[in-house]
Amino acid sequence: MEHTRPRSLTVLVYVLLGLGALIMLLPLAWMVLTSLKTFPEILRNPAPWLPAAPQWQNYRTVWEGFAFYRFFLNSAFVAVMVIAGTVLTCCPAAYAFAYYDVRHKDLIFGALLCTVMLPAQVTVIPLFQAYAALHWVNTYLPLVVPAWLGGNVFGIFLLRQFFRTIPRSFIEAARLDGASEWSILWKLVVPMSLPAVLTVVIFTFLWSWNDLFNPLIYLHNEETYTLPVGLLYFIARAEQLTGGNAGQVPWHLVMTLATVMVAPVILLFAFAQRRFVEGVASSGVKG
Amino acid sequence: MNRRGEQLWFWLLAGPALAGFVLFSLWPMLDSLWLSLCQYDVVSAPRFIGLRNYAYLLQSDPAFWASVKVTLVFTAVQLPLSLAAALGVALLLNQPVGGRGWWRAVYFLPSILPQAASVAVFIYIFQSDGGLLNRLLALAGVAGPAWVSSPVWALPVVILISLWGFGYPMVILLGGLQNVPRELHEAAHIDGAGAWARFRHITLPQISPVIFFNLVMGVIGALKVFDLAYAFGAAQGLTPGGPARATLFYGLNLYQQAFAYFHMGLASAMAWLLFAVILLITWLNFRLGRRWVHYGD
Repeated sequence: MEHTRPRSLTVLVYVLLGLGALIMLLPLAWMVLTSLKTFPEILRNPAPWLPAAPQWQNYRTVWEGFAFYRFFLNSAFVAVMVIAGTVLTCCPAAYAFAYYDVRHKDLIFGALLCTVMLPAQVTVIPLFQAYAALHWVNTYLPLVVPAWLGGNVFGIFLLRQFFRTIPRSFIEAARLDGASEWSILWKLVVPMSLPAVLTVVIFTFLWSWNDLFNPLIYLHNEETYTLPVGLLYFIARAEQLTGGNAGQVPWHLVMTLATVMVAPVILLFAFAQRRFVEGVASSGVKG
Repeated sequence: MNRRGEQLWFWLLAGPALAGFVLFSLWPMLDSLWLSLCQYDVVSAPRFIGLRNYAYLLQSDPAFWASVKVTLVFTAVQLPLSLAAALGVALLLNQPVGGRGWWRAVYFLPSILPQAASVAVFIYIFQSDGGLLNRLLALAGVAGPAWVSSPVWALPVVILISLWGFGYPMVILLGGLQNVPRELHEAAHIDGAGAWARFRHITLPQISPVIFFNLVMGVIGALKVFDLAYAFGAAQGLTPGGPARATLFYGLNLYQQAFAYFHMGLASAMAWLLFAVILLITWLNFRLGRRWVHYGD
């Protein structure tokens, strides 16, 4: 079929894809370019397209001068704790639903899956009330604890689907060898399912790293801010922080912060593109 | 393993997740239904007032209807545009192009970036003085407006920012396209069907379940928009939802009622109206999906 395709059509496909890709990448390029300019360059109207000399020290300025490393480490800490909790509780749950015959198992699993439909807006007010009573507001516990109790239902679903493709005879053989259920799970099933586990880890990271809603509700002390809240806080207070005049937002530093925030996501994407794409594709497949 | 052992292990391994289900989903869900029937401001105990929160929202709360309107306009404009762009690029990438993985990566990447950062970048690009967009427009001799601070242009800009993330449905659609059996196209080609006829009668019916899935998820996602809308106001030092309620999305309005004004009962009622609409859409999805969508093999 392909050999009948006219050359002009092929050229058109590449031109369209190229133009589209340019539009997709332009905002990111502008972000990085702006992050390398000086404040006077930003204030000049129009600002130069390119910085006269790339200001790499902008990164040091935001990192140390505005304690952005604090926000970065807070975000990283929350993400690591959330990922650890998700893996440690979703894998066992997925194993239980994949391999055991228990009455009403499908009903329970169905109820669990239904919570994917439950918007966070419905649960947030009672949860806020409870966390306030426990004095958990202004700590990371409201962000982390749900993950340690199997909070990622989509992850349980994905892992269970993957676990079920492992032949039952493998499990039976390990049981006959006297392996405990716990070690079958962690030494046999999980190592055989690493792609699925990695997909869950990546999506959990993204969800935690990008989240603005929950940190905004539970973190009110700037020491505890994660990156998304920290970035908005910086923009709101930027004039004071940088000693600029009213209405003069130091966009070069804002873009530096945005770059710092986006960089780990891009790096992760570069290394694990297939897991991302498979994770997205599997969310689109019925059942 | 005997039956009792299996029972024991099941509850041991699934226990934490099931406890989480009760503590973080089931209980707060029911409690928020109760709170939606109460007047509650956090400081004093909830007081039962029947359906008055719902009546107030539906009959006399101007912010409620403003936020419904913003959300509906967003859904009606953003969703078709995003699906059309996603389908267009997916069709291009389904052609025999070199470096497909690279193209796909470029289009997909913006959809996974933190929205607070994306919004900050776009607010800078859309600045009236010295913003990248107005400078490019000036090259073409057009004087651009004050995009982000204008009540007229703010929502279109938010729509544009969210369109940057169309790579997500694009990847799902591309997966659907690659599952369309080649033989169908080849047979139709031999029978003399043109490109449009093949698209209309083979590709479209074959991927209709994927399109329908994206449509449903898109509507539900639009109803829940929060990060994007909050960041848009905050990055300009505006009240959330500004300028002049132009970007007061439903999810943002709910957040404001609950956490800025402490109208927790009213916000719970808003949450349950949202939940009811989501359940309705999910139910319609199952009922109508079978009729409208081609699921045959």
